[in-house]
Amino acid sequence: MGFELTTMAALWGAVIASGIYHGLNPGMGWPLAVSAALMEQSPKAMPKALGMLALGHLVAMVGILLPFSLMLVLVTWEGEIRIGAGMLVIAMGLYLLINPRHPRSLARVHPAKLGLWSFLAAMAHGAGLMLVPIYLGICAIAADDTGHLAVQSLMGNSIVTAFIVALVHTIAMTLAGGLLALGIYHWLGLRFLSKTWFNLDTVWAVSLVLVGAFGIYSAMTPEMAVDVAAL
Amino acid sequence: MNLRPDPTFHASPRLAMEAPVENFGFTVMLSPDGSQPDGIAVVDLDPKSDKYGQIVHQVIVPNKGDEFHHFGWNACSSSLSPLSGHAFLERRYLIVPGIRSSRIYVIDVKEPLKAKIHKIIEPEEVFEKTGYSRPHTIHCGPEGIYVSTLGGGGPDGTDGPPGIFIMDCETFEIIGQYEMDRGEQDKHYDFWWNLPQDYMVSSEWGLPPQFEGGLVAEDLLSNKYGHKIHFWDLRARKNVQTIDLGENHQMALEIRPAHDPKKSYGFCGVVVDTTNLQGSIFTWWRDDDGKWQAKKTITIDPRPEKAENLPPLLQGFEAVPPLVTDIDLSLDDKYLYVACWGLGEMHQYDVSDPMNPVLAGKVEVGGIARGAAHPNGKPFVYGPQMVEVSRDGKRVYWTNSLYSTWDDQFYPDDEGGQMVMANNDENGFHLDKDFYIDFPKGYRSHQIRLEGGDCSTDSFCYPSA
Repeated sequence: MGFELTTMAALWGAVIASGIYHGLNPGMGWPLAVSAALMEQSPKAMPKALGMLALGHLVAMVGILLPFSLMLVLVTWEGEIRIGAGMLVIAMGLYLLINPRHPRSLARVHPAKLGLWSFLAAMAHGAGLMLVPIYLGICAIAADDTGHLAVQSLMGNSIVTAFIVALVHTIAMTLAGGLLALGIYHWLGLRFLSKTWFNLDTVWAVSLVLVGAFGIYSAMTPEMAVDVAAL
Repeated sequence: MNLRPDPTFHASPRLAMEAPVENFGFTVMLSPDGSQPDGIAVVDLDPKSDKYGQIVHQVIVPNKGDEFHHFGWNACSSSLSPLSGHAFLERRYLIVPGIRSSRIYVIDVKEPLKAKIHKIIEPEEVFEKTGYSRPHTIHCGPEGIYVSTLGGGGPDGTDGPPGIFIMDCETFEIIGQYEMDRGEQDKHYDFWWNLPQDYMVSSEWGLPPQFEGGLVAEDLLSNKYGHKIHFWDLRARKNVQTIDLGENHQMALEIRPAHDPKKSYGFCGVVVDTTNLQGSIFTWWRDDDGKWQAKKTITIDPRPEKAENLPPLLQGFEAVPPLVTDIDLSLDDKYLYVACWGLGEMHQYDVSDPMNPVLAGKVEVGGIARGAAHPNGKPFVYGPQMVEVSRDGKRVYWTNSLYSTWDDQFYPDDEGGQMVMANNDENGFHLDKDFYIDFPKGYRSHQIRLEGGDCSTDSFCYPSA
């Protein structure tokens, strides 16, 4: 029980940490909030832009997590689902390592349609997939905790969990990106915009591979995964 | 790919102005008769260097008859938008098209003194993948590298309208036509845009038979050159409005939008008004209803001249038309430089109020039936033409050739190429006596690009304020 609590906390920590990671990555859009505030000559434009970016990201996260929550109905296949999901995430990471190019179609989105852009950017870069192994880990522990419930309520729980995971992740992302955007707008100045911009393409792809590997590992050896997650 | 954005990418025009100044320039070397291959001259612009104001390296291409004209960078400050996903490109390659051959060279200038050809795209590939010919203006933007063309398909470039095509900004593969709905656009010349506001503006010169063999006087006098500017939804690739400047306003060439992306206006230079030989500048802007408008805000009068002093083309008019062939706007959107290639004058207008430009300075050098010498006493053939302003706005460079066959019509007795510089300082706008580059024998000069970007390359995604 104590082990599981620690693991649970670590997994939720990972949900938040991945949110901060996505939020600080300029590729997920915070510079667009700075641009919006400067273009409209009003700091009020910033929360609106951040809100649109957050909404797009949230929809992308939910869109990826929900199918997995529905699959969890197949209780007896839980291990296989988690392994399959892990492999999928690893495959996405490897794909991005081999092909780091950003899809050109994203550049065709109108700059004012930040929500749509944020959704597409998150999908194209596998931002939602990064959450899947973490999410499945949370569901697995929750299921153990509550014992073997009826299939329906198990599914209900995992759907609710999917929404909460997506929401917590997106809030963390928006706070992290928003703070950076505010800092640049009010204090640091535009010069820091390019200074805070690091090429995370490789790190991002490797993160996917690592998260996927963690997902497979924890599905195969639940007890040992506790130690890893607790790190 | 860099791990950080290229240090020459700047979020706003103001940051670009404050950045370190240019140490090198890149200038077209053009063999007007195609007897030698064209090239790019690397010019030392560091006043502390022993070789300041000299050509320190030449990239001479392996083909003849390309006719280099305009060129641009593979990447610029436009990359600093997350929307494009190009933040880690290097500003490293010059994309140099031949407007006569339709061949495109990609030149690696990472080490300016060792600049070399990186890739050559043969004309057949341009024709096949785009249906266009005679590539001209280069801009780096959201979808990659955008290239305007002056010709359509077929041997004389009149099979279908010219337009813009897109190249991949990493592999330099040609992707294809840009336009999804060109509306009434049937000629092309220049284009530029405002990225956050998502609009593009394009202009018109004429079709290839109207310029390749020289200016066609009958076409000019019957107002058959371009006189419209087109406004586009940039990312939707759609012509949303066309403004006819009036058919007497022949050859609407350079498009210079305000650099600050907050602003919704810009300028367009018109070579000649066939009713009075004036040169003019139009200010275009978006009104409160979202419609585009354009108004003539600068006119430059012709100078009367005896027929005997004029080239045959102009003798009937007994006047020297100003011939506004290039314009350039400083990064602070304050000064518009206007080349009067016929008069032999470079004008500096204060356009702080874009609807009411004020002539702030003027330099006389070269010119039809005048041929004013450079302050150092040496000749300046033809007139001031391609003009490029340093990012900090303190140095204005220009060369003197317009286009091979047109040079010969307007200045039949001149030959050669020079690049000069004017300072814009506490003494006003004046030519620098010590900066004068005479191009190697047999070469004329055309567009100039400055290391780290200049006033006609970079588009910014964040306002200055």
